[in-house]
Amino acid sequence: MTYNVQVKVMPLKDLLDPQGKAVLGGLKNLGISAVGDVRIGRHITLQIEADTEAAARAIADEASKKLLANQVMEMYEIEMVG
Amino acid sequence: MKFGIVVFPGSNCDRDMQDALRDDLGKEVIMLWHKDKDLSMFSKEDCIILPGGFSYGDYLRCGAIARFSPMMQSVVDFANKGGKVLGVCNGFQILCESGLLPGVLLQNANRQFVCKNVFIKSEKGNAWKVPVAHGEGRYYADEKTLDELEAGGQVIFRYCSESGKVDMDANPNGALRNIAGIQNKNGNVFGMMPHPERCSSALMGNVDGKNVFKLLGLN
Repeated sequence: MTYNVQVKVMPLKDLLDPQGKAVLGGLKNLGISAVGDVRIGRHITLQIEADTEAAARAIADEASKKLLANQVMEMYEIEMVG
Repeated sequence: MKFGIVVFPGSNCDRDMQDALRDDLGKEVIMLWHKDKDLSMFSKEDCIILPGGFSYGDYLRCGAIARFSPMMQSVVDFANKGGKVLGVCNGFQILCESGLLPGVLLQNANRQFVCKNVFIKSEKGNAWKVPVAHGEGRYYADEKTLDELEAGGQVIFRYCSESGKVDMDANPNGALRNIAGIQNKNGNVFGMMPHPERCSSALMGNVDGKNVFKLLGLN
């Protein structure tokens, strides 16, 4: 069975995110001043062939740990979308 | 001592490194394609170099994909057996991603690609002028790792002023504790953001790069 899995990868909270800071500056230039902070990560979608949802999640978890996220600088969340 | 230089798709400092080692240091150099994996011509006394550039287009994260190439698997084995490995710039990023060195290189704090001469110094030495050229060179590791690196004498270079003062003014990318280069615990794997291969010839008007190779025992 094919499972659609989404992986959200974000820079760790304590880390300066220069990309987010640049976008925050852009928003302020646009006059959208109510935005106090911007942080930018990655949204990755995976199609995984597995027997069960749990197995698909385990594969996504392994992929995230080994490649999709670098846990020295990023955290990840896995969401099963069907 | 002979050298191997790994060429990834997107490497762009491989030929500079070849020229510096062969012409300026008079070494035997063998170019190594990333899809090969044979390192049998190298002994523990030799050195494998991961050059600067944008391996695999810097996709996902700098160095993240390169670490799974066949040649990198061999380089990891080579390093774990005590062989010398030096990563410069993108090579440093690959070494961090592959786990041969701790920490990671983040996007420069000032969001800019920094391309200029900077000064770096080892714990005891004088300041040397060496160019940097990177967008992701902000060394980061957690406090515990940083403390361990310092306690173990693993910080090989810090950014400094021309007179050798280590402070934020001399730091081109926001690297924690001004770290420009580190080595592993065993002292056989080295990573640094500045490019010694770009300043090893009198023709370039600067030969401080030769001092770098010498300090690392790669001369």
